[in-house]
Amino acid sequence: MSDTFTFTIDGVEVTATKGQTIIEAADQSGVYIPRLCYCEGLKPYGGCRICTVLINGRPQAACTQPAAPGIEVTNESAELNKHRRALIDMHFVEGNHFCMFCEKSGDCELQALAYRFGITAPQYPYMFPKRDIDATHPDIFIDRNRCVMCGRCVQASRDVDGKNVFQFVGRGSDKRVAVNSEANLADTDMAASDKAAEVCPVGALLRKRVGFAKPIGKRDYDNTPIGSDIESGKSAAQ
Amino acid sequence: MSKPKVATTSLAGCFGCHMSLLDIDDRILKLIELVDFDKSPINDIKKFTGRCAVGLVEGGCANEHNVHVLQDFRRNCEILISVGDCAIMGGIPAVRNGIPLKECLDEAYINGPTVYNPSGQIPNDPELPLILDRVYPCHEVVKIDYHLPGCPPPADMLWEALVALLTDKPLDLPYELIKYD
Ligand code: SF4
Ligand code: SF4
Repeated sequence: MSDTFTFTIDGVEVTATKGQTIIEAADQSGVYIPRLCYCEGLKPYGGCRICTVLINGRPQAACTQPAAPGIEVTNESAELNKHRRALIDMHFVEGNHFCMFCEKSGDCELQALAYRFGITAPQYPYMFPKRDIDATHPDIFIDRNRCVMCGRCVQASRDVDGKNVFQFVGRGSDKRVAVNSEANLADTDMAASDKAAEVCPVGALLRKRVGFAKPIGKRDYDNTPIGSDIESGKSAAQ
Repeated sequence: MSKPKVATTSLAGCFGCHMSLLDIDDRILKLIELVDFDKSPINDIKKFTGRCAVGLVEGGCANEHNVHVLQDFRRNCEILISVGDCAIMGGIPAVRNGIPLKECLDEAYINGPTVYNPSGQIPNDPELPLILDRVYPCHEVVKIDYHLPGCPPPADMLWEALVALLTDKPLDLPYELIKYD
């Protein structure tokens, strides 16, 4: 098939199909590239930059960059991992992540990244920003203290649910997820069955009355690091 | 040769991390063979009796007194460890960090639904340590050498970390022991 070609990640040859991004080809080959905003099934947006790799020596977001024949990708390097760790640390200090009472704890992708990188404390001072919550909707709540601005809910609502319930407003540290109504989430046509209700990587957008259902020890990242499924080849079948 | 000393304290914490330390169960007997406890609520020694190899700090700094104790620990301990989420990020007490201090005090002493306070005064005796504007993680107040996260950290994590440090081994925590909850 002329549609397939090869390139290397950390010196190991991987196969890709025309049109695939680096992250898609890597996933398929059992190579995990750390990522936060990327979500299978949604259009990659290159926002979090945790998936930054070197392509022929230049930094690029692996989720948006198309794979190309013969390119040399660096994924695992001390320097890249240092930058990734810095980004993860910044998320923790720029939000209010009280993992001890968060319903998403154990299943949270940000927390899991921190675990995978062995982070015991962030290296920057905490900002303790003032952020709003919106618990008006009967089935879903938003806790913006935990939002990492990944845009998954924005995309899922627009592209999958066809509703446009969410949108980013504001700039810089004032940026936040807003809802498409005069006041609150309850006034939108958001439903618990929406794709947008399940894509949040952290505990910012959660369905009500399902929290803490999984016992400690059985949660997604209790025993194996995030990315292990990819590394063990289990996700390659998809 | 005398055994190395270990000191522990709880600042703005709930003593859960100390309970987790007791959760090492019968290994506490092995620990006693390895170390002597110095200033600590475990033996109720109030003042440092000498330099300590390791200091374990539970809780962040919510008031002036917490800061003094923490600085005292830094002066007297070779290795200072933040134990638990309160010491590392402020924890539950830091939930007040988004609320102005005056509002917190008014809620606690005047407006709270269960408050009975006919004088309407907020306690201000000079004996009471001054409340800080917000709760500070320990490493924003003094240098901290290691952080053991968790609410509380698992007993096994405390055990592994203490044994490694006391026997000069590298502190290599297994994946399953690093938890923020
Ligand atoms: S969303 Fe994740 S990182 Fe944030 S508090 Fe919850 S568990 Fe912790
Ligand atoms: S609410 Fe969740 S899904 Fe939406 S932008 Fe924030 S972190 Fe991402």
